[in-house]
Amino acid sequence: MDSCNCIEPQWPPDDLLMKYQYISDFFIALAYFSIPLELIYFVKKSAVFPYRWVLVQFGAFIVLCGATHLINLWTFTMHTRTVAMVMTTAKVFTAVVSCATALMLVHIIPDLLSVKTRELFLKNKAAELDREMGLIRTQEETGRHVRMLTHEIRSTLDRHTILKTTLVELGRTLALEECALWMPTRTGLELQLSYTLRQQNPVGYTVPIHLPVINQVFSSSHAVKISPNCPVARIRPAGKYMPGEVVAVRVPLLHLSNFQINDWPELSTKRYALMVLMLPSDSARQWHVHELELVEVVADQVAVALSHAAILEESMRARDLLMEQNVALDLARREAETAIRARNDFLAVMNHEMRTPMHAIIALSSLLQETELTPEQRLMVETILKSSNLLSTLINDVLDLSRLEDGSLQLDLGTFNLFAVFREVLNLIKPIASVKKLHVSLNLAPDLPEYAIGDEKHLMQTILNVVGNAVKFSKEGSISITAIVAKSELLRDSRTPEFFPVPSDNHFYLRVQVKDSGVGISPQDIPKLFTKFAQTQSMATRNSGGSGLGLAICKRFVNLMEGHIWIESDGLGKGCTAIFMVKLGIPERLNEPKLPFMPKVPTNHGPTAFPGLKVLVMDENGVSRMVTKGLLVHLGCDVTMVSSSEECLHVVSHEHKVVFMDVCVPGMDGYEVAIRINEKFTKRHERPIIVALTGNTDKVTKENCMRVGMDGVILKPVSLDKMRSVLTDLLEHRVLLEAI
Amino acid sequence: MDVVNQLQRQFIDYSASLHREGFLDDQFTQLQKRQDDNSPDFVVEVASLFFEDCEKLINNMARALEQQQGVDFKQVDASVHQLKGSSSSIGAMRVKDVCIAFRSFCEAQNREGCLRCLQQVTHEYSLLKNKLQTLFRLQQQILAAGGSIPVVE
Repeated sequence: MDSCNCIEPQWPPDDLLMKYQYISDFFIALAYFSIPLELIYFVKKSAVFPYRWVLVQFGAFIVLCGATHLINLWTFTMHTRTVAMVMTTAKVFTAVVSCATALMLVHIIPDLLSVKTRELFLKNKAAELDREMGLIRTQEETGRHVRMLTHEIRSTLDRHTILKTTLVELGRTLALEECALWMPTRTGLELQLSYTLRQQNPVGYTVPIHLPVINQVFSSSHAVKISPNCPVARIRPAGKYMPGEVVAVRVPLLHLSNFQINDWPELSTKRYALMVLMLPSDSARQWHVHELELVEVVADQVAVALSHAAILEESMRARDLLMEQNVALDLARREAETAIRARNDFLAVMNHEMRTPMHAIIALSSLLQETELTPEQRLMVETILKSSNLLSTLINDVLDLSRLEDGSLQLDLGTFNLFAVFREVLNLIKPIASVKKLHVSLNLAPDLPEYAIGDEKHLMQTILNVVGNAVKFSKEGSISITAIVAKSELLRDSRTPEFFPVPSDNHFYLRVQVKDSGVGISPQDIPKLFTKFAQTQSMATRNSGGSGLGLAICKRFVNLMEGHIWIESDGLGKGCTAIFMVKLGIPERLNEPKLPFMPKVPTNHGPTAFPGLKVLVMDENGVSRMVTKGLLVHLGCDVTMVSSSEECLHVVSHEHKVVFMDVCVPGMDGYEVAIRINEKFTKRHERPIIVALTGNTDKVTKENCMRVGMDGVILKPVSLDKMRSVLTDLLEHRVLLEAI
Repeated sequence: MDVVNQLQRQFIDYSASLHREGFLDDQFTQLQKRQDDNSPDFVVEVASLFFEDCEKLINNMARALEQQQGVDFKQVDASVHQLKGSSSSIGAMRVKDVCIAFRSFCEAQNREGCLRCLQQVTHEYSLLKNKLQTLFRLQQQILAAGGSIPVVE
């Protein structure tokens, strides 16, 4: 036998134990070889593995261990020395590598452990961030809701819409079960359920305002959680489940100091409405802080929107009121105008209607007086005449007064003799005064101009009225009439502070003072003196026979003449003084000899005034024609007469300087002729002056004459002096407004 | 000269009485003033014209008012207007006054009233005519006696 280098195993190979070892070794080797394979596979799969070196080491260690166990398989049977050698090498290597690996692992394992903790930490952080994100998203969404809500609320100015929208949107945003608004009542002592989300028409529940829970809500500007059992929250029928949480917030009703909002509750100091919000009853939701903030913001917005709506409502109301008032005013104005028109028409008619019978009565009574009458009859007729004269005066007065008030009375300005006016008044008043044994004196200031421009008739009427009053109310004593030119110091009287007359070069102020020693007037009656129809108790006697209009008319005339009139009295029984000032013009030509109303004009006027002046007279009435012709011939004119309009148009030429035409004859249209003459002569200086002779001088006639282009109007019958002055004026100025 | 003075005085008195009784007014005086050497018969001419006119108008009115069916008040009114104008031009005050009343009756279309007025007018007119003729006769007498007609204020 050769000695083989085989090594015999210790144990017989058929032993059971050996068999088991053999199998285990096999499997161990398999496992050991597959582990690195798996490791490599998974590491390759994963993106990050920081410890490759460790892996290699570990792989090597495992592989070698596996190799060892694999080689061990051969050692169960007789195996050669080589196998033993390999086995030994493998084992040695394995030992080296495993020791190295063990040493290496001491470093690595703590690192690996710490990776794990970091991972855990990051996971926690991620979860936290997720949670926060969710929160932020929710908040952002609610912010969006608020903006949308605000937009909705602010987009309308109707109160109901605002409140309804608020409730609806809040309900939607916060998924509320119920949302209600309680408004304070007019008395302010209760809160009334005004709007709810779910119920269409809330019945008017009221709740007293001074409940502690309500006070709590009102005293804080935040939304406050309240118990679902308090009266304001019990607006839903009780359900099976637990009622959800309830929150209440105050809504300030902004105070509008300038407005009185009628169907809103009274706003004096800070008033609040209460908004109650209820979460759904079967959810476990809680009120979150952001939701409460949302509710507070909405409440404020609602308050603002409501105030805007209130302002708008008020201004609309004011505008409607104004429109109504305008309409009413317009109607009133139209009615007033109608009334004035009616009155004017009435007056115009009455003017004519009343005067005509009056004339008839007066005329016929005076005629009657001339006939054979028994003394009783004569007495009766005289009474009739006196009464009708009085009535006629009264009618004139009333008509004058209404024309004065109308403003349709105009002053007839003319140059007149001032001294003569006073003398005339004196003459008229002397008889009555002497009967009453009153002494009348007249003082005219030396610087009073003799001639003045003004309305002579009305001035005389005024003076006569004032003096007449003085005489009427004096039983004895004297009456003094003083007339001066008012100087500037006197002009500003302390009793008439609003009267500031300013004299100028062409005007002066005549101041007339009438002092009597009669019954006087008590101070409290003085303001009433100038009012129409008012007669003071002491002055109103049956015999005085005044209508009370006299002074009123005087006052109006004086005002028309830009003056002032007042009466002073020291008291009853102490007499009184009537003073008035009127503005009169100063005539330029004071030495005019051709002025009318000169007393005692000599009948034979010397040289003719208008030699050779060619005039044309048109008058249908033969007698009138002849009279007018006589007048004009006397003044030296060369008169042509025509009796019809055709003849007039035929004859008129540029040689005729003046045309007199009668316009009051019915059937002959003097106006038409005037128009035709105007047409015929295009150049103004060639056209003859056209003067109308007429029997009535009312405004209409005057206006008609002026409208057709006539230069003047004269009232018939014409006296010589009047004709002379008219012609003078006409030829000088080419215009004459009117001559009575 | 006595005669002349006497006549003149008579004339003045008569004139004054006419004025006083309202037959004539200022207008007539004015007319008288118009009488001078250039037109010595001015007043007489005017008066005669007036009388002619009057008669014509009165006849017109009488005819118009006599119509049994449908009196033409417009025409009557026109005539009255003319008469009024003439009488006021000459200064016949009473005639003018009656005319005023007459017009109102015309406007009221009162036939009875108009007839009454017409009567009155005729009456007045004849009175006036007589008086004026007397006056003119006096004037003639004065002139014949060589005097001048006194001016009456």
